[in-house]
Amino acid sequence: MAKSPSTRASTGHKPVGALLGVLPFFAYTAIFLAIPTLIVVVGAFLDGNSRPTLGNLSALTQPQIVSAFIHSVVLSAVTAVLGAVFGALLAYAVSTAREGGALRRTMTSVCGVLAQFGGVTLAFAFMATVGSEGFLTHWLKNVGMDLAGTWLYEPDKGLVLVYTYFQIPLMLIVFLPAVEGLRPQWREAAESLGGSTWDYWRHVGGPILAPPFIGAMLLLFTNAFSAYATAAALISQGSPIIPLQIGGTLSSEVILGQENIGKAMAMGMVVIVAVVMTLYAVLERRTTRWLGR
Amino acid sequence: MRLRAARRRKQTIFRRVVVGLTSVFFALPLLGMVEFTTRAPGGGRTLQTYATLFDFNVIDADYPELKTGILASAGLVLLTVAIMLVMLVPTMTWVRLRLPGMRRTVEFICLLPLTIPAIVLVVGLAPIYAWVAYFLGESSLWLAFAYVVLVLPYAYRALDAGLSAIDVKTLAEAARSLGAGWPTVMWRIILPNVRTAVLSASFLSVALVLGEFTIANLFSRDNLQVAINQLGKRDSSLATAAALAALVLAFIVLFGMSFVGARRHSRQPEEN
Repeated sequence: MAKSPSTRASTGHKPVGALLGVLPFFAYTAIFLAIPTLIVVVGAFLDGNSRPTLGNLSALTQPQIVSAFIHSVVLSAVTAVLGAVFGALLAYAVSTAREGGALRRTMTSVCGVLAQFGGVTLAFAFMATVGSEGFLTHWLKNVGMDLAGTWLYEPDKGLVLVYTYFQIPLMLIVFLPAVEGLRPQWREAAESLGGSTWDYWRHVGGPILAPPFIGAMLLLFTNAFSAYATAAALISQGSPIIPLQIGGTLSSEVILGQENIGKAMAMGMVVIVAVVMTLYAVLERRTTRWLGR
Repeated sequence: MRLRAARRRKQTIFRRVVVGLTSVFFALPLLGMVEFTTRAPGGGRTLQTYATLFDFNVIDADYPELKTGILASAGLVLLTVAIMLVMLVPTMTWVRLRLPGMRRTVEFICLLPLTIPAIVLVVGLAPIYAWVAYFLGESSLWLAFAYVVLVLPYAYRALDAGLSAIDVKTLAEAARSLGAGWPTVMWRIILPNVRTAVLSASFLSVALVLGEFTIANLFSRDNLQVAINQLGKRDSSLATAAALAALVLAFIVLFGMSFVGARRHSRQPEEN
């Protein structure tokens, strides 16, 4: 606050010259971020001859596009819940370890890498593990379980497993700070009043952690919803989820005008992500109030 | 006291079980890759796949797509980091010094790519890249323009943390009053003071560029991941080995980053 007069003085000094300094940044982000976003939004309402139309939006009701949207939302929601539950358990387990100890440091670093671990590598890793030639498949066959078949390449089975693999580490990274915000004194206070572990989680820990938990789950949802590479590397037949459908409209053999249906689907994705992120921002504000971070 | 000791014991058991089970889940696919790439034809183990992967002559002769991909990704890493640093460091410093009112705007723009899925960006970038190809040619190297946008949020956060830790204004004013021009202020005053932040922004960018697949694949350009994916159709063992090697490289890069961050703390006293 005390600095504001001098700040104002120096900014009011030579505004045009000062603005020139940020021109490259704004020019670059305009070309490679703002214009592409506008192309998607505007293109969703244009037909093949650049005339305004609502045809692309009504094309979104085509059965394969509807089913891809449903698959994507269900896949993202299921893996967000699975990742959030297991990730939260892991985060709590890690938070009971000594602060600054080896376990905590290793787990956060490992999860930092695994959360970014996706795409082609992850697809190959799962094919080498539970694919038809995978070692776990062979091994389980010897004890009488048959994993063979195409389940790994289906959006409601294999993709759930593969996506959960990068959702759990992401949950740890996002949720660990919230769990660390629980003060041991609260636990002790509950105990000294005769409360059991259940009472503590029911009346103290649970309500405090609920907003950051749901917030983290929303973040996990958008993470899975936006993912393209893993599914693209894993699935070679058909386009069961929406990012693959959009990718399909970009490949060369599309009918004229189909391009803009891709833009309409892309806009649909942006709308869903925007809704989820808005909810996330609201929850984030509540979390800050409660945990005082 | 007894209650607390009992709780401690229970917590320790809970921690061991949860951490143990998740570690097994995390480790299995990685083990799967190691196991798959070391299979010998008649059963047993061999390191032949890795011998092939690291033999540059064999890769050059028999797997040209992998060589192209590696070279393209190496170029992309350099160009992306260069554009990111040259654009972000001066802009963020300048905004702090002269245009503090614009900080929110710059932050908003930089964090925006987090909310736009890469696949959506690809749809919008397609016409832009038609122009890029028209003016600059079809080279895979120009993917770096899009990659800079992808790394913006991570680079911004790293650099913002670095710039917040120093008093940019006082440093710049001191240098200016001693007759330094703006390039000198940037190069000899700001940059050395935020080098840890610059390093972590660069490392994050390197890891992200090495793993990028979506944009390169959909624009039919070459990079490491696209090459690995193509190779998977013809030699899955070698492709898996290459994927694992790329992952280990990204792992080392990110671990190196935490090392650089730690070293700065221990060296701080002598610097002051």
